[in-house]
Amino acid sequence: MNPIYASRARTDKIIRFLCWAAAVFGLTWLTLILFSLFWNGLTAMGPDVFTKMMPPPGDNEGGLLNAIAGSAILTFLGVLIGTPIGLFAGTYLAEYGRYEKLTSYVRFINDILLSAPSIIVGLFIYAAVVITMGGFSGLAGALALAVIVIPVVVRTTEDMLLLVPDQLREAAAALGLPRSLVIRRIAYVAARTGIITGILLATARVAGETAPLLFTALNNQFWSVNLLQPMANLPSTINNFTQSPYTYWQQLAWAGALIITMAVLTLNIVARILGAERKPK
Amino acid sequence: MTQVDSVHVAAPVPAAMAASNADMVNLPVKLSMRNLDFFYGESKALKSINLSLYANKVTAFIGPSGCGKSTLLRILNRMYDLYPGQRAAGEVLLDGKNLLDPKMDINLLRARVGMVFQKPTPFPMTIYENIAFGIRLYEKLSKSELDGRVEKALRGAALWEEVKDKLQASGLSLSGGQQQRLCIARTVAIQPEVILFDEPCSALDPISTAKIEELIDELKARYTIAIVTHNMQQAARVSDFTAFMYLGDLVEFDVTSKMFTSPAEKRTQDYITGRFG
Repeated sequence: MNPIYASRARTDKIIRFLCWAAAVFGLTWLTLILFSLFWNGLTAMGPDVFTKMMPPPGDNEGGLLNAIAGSAILTFLGVLIGTPIGLFAGTYLAEYGRYEKLTSYVRFINDILLSAPSIIVGLFIYAAVVITMGGFSGLAGALALAVIVIPVVVRTTEDMLLLVPDQLREAAAALGLPRSLVIRRIAYVAARTGIITGILLATARVAGETAPLLFTALNNQFWSVNLLQPMANLPSTINNFTQSPYTYWQQLAWAGALIITMAVLTLNIVARILGAERKPK
Repeated sequence: MTQVDSVHVAAPVPAAMAASNADMVNLPVKLSMRNLDFFYGESKALKSINLSLYANKVTAFIGPSGCGKSTLLRILNRMYDLYPGQRAAGEVLLDGKNLLDPKMDINLLRARVGMVFQKPTPFPMTIYENIAFGIRLYEKLSKSELDGRVEKALRGAALWEEVKDKLQASGLSLSGGQQQRLCIARTVAIQPEVILFDEPCSALDPISTAKIEELIDELKARYTIAIVTHNMQQAARVSDFTAFMYLGDLVEFDVTSKMFTSPAEKRTQDYITGRFG
């Protein structure tokens, strides 16, 4: 055999083995994590988890109802506040400001925000909202989550709008549509599934965030839907319960972790299905 | 600047061309370009174009890629305005009014000067909505009136028989040729005065192409038409007048039959016979 070809084939074999080994290495840990999560989580799972409040320390009866409700409220509000801002900013970047100098600055800052450690976001809201308002609150938690939602939505909105062919915009403009209508009635509609996918992924991202809630919504042992009071939430509860000496609390933490994981997994799968639907066109 | 009298004033025709164009001069002019220059940033893409589109006639623009024929078409509905750094100078008179005037309402202009693009661009909505959408921008109609207008537009684009049973299907579900006719229907529906075709058949098969060409022939009874094409036979088939452009210059403009049989310019002859371009 040609010696150059033989050496290339040898290199190919080695590299291919390394790729395979790296994939197996990564997947092994993921599988182990998921396995232990399901094992422990399912053991602790039961109707009580969804119907009862957090138990006091040492008590062996109770659930995570207030934490689940709190997490749902915080996530929903965070997405509700962050999405419009992200949509508008993303629309500016892709449509009105596409050729402006400001756009490249905004995009750069948005990319930094996108990768900013979430604990920084929590501290920022602590300084800006918690201290000003004089205490931890659900509202502060929702705002911290919103700050994390914004860059994700900005990015996906911009990317999805940029995927809409300019020909479609020109065709709409050629009918005499003003720019606002071209964007609202044509570009948004064409980019709809992509944008929705982005919002779902942002939701999945904040649903499991712990750090930004530690200094903002804090946590609450009791049922409270008052946005001006500390609010219970799953990530902080898991954080507290795993560090506690009480076996029952530790079990509940596993159940909570499983709930979050399943919720995030579901959101991701839905986003993937939506994403796949838009491709064939 | 002198007041332009009426649509019956023909644009000045360069002397070299004038002799053979005696019958052109008496035709009503719909749109006329005067000393029209166009710039992409610093680079000049059109050099002092003087040319008229005659009412209810089809004018074809031919020339090698990059000669400026599409650029010229995109000036006529100010499509270039969407992009920064693109700028036209000179005059383009539509019924005597300069459409390059910054005060000209661009959206109303585009309602009068419709455009059909190279790639079919149905909107992401139903077939019915693709047509009704544009109409609703300008007119408030009852459901039955709107239905009538949609049908009329689809008939006008020779598409009605093929889609009448699936008006609620997505515009994207149609074949390429049908999509292009849908785009024509959409343009016709808002009752423009001029229709610009930018290589409307280059993405279509020969049968669809034949249908579109037939359609263009019917449309000229009601509209003034300009078509950019790379296909010489197409230009010869559909147009009454032909303009040959090269490197941003208008080389020759004449009655189509004359352009394709005895062009005055050697460059035109060379291009038409396939010797360059």
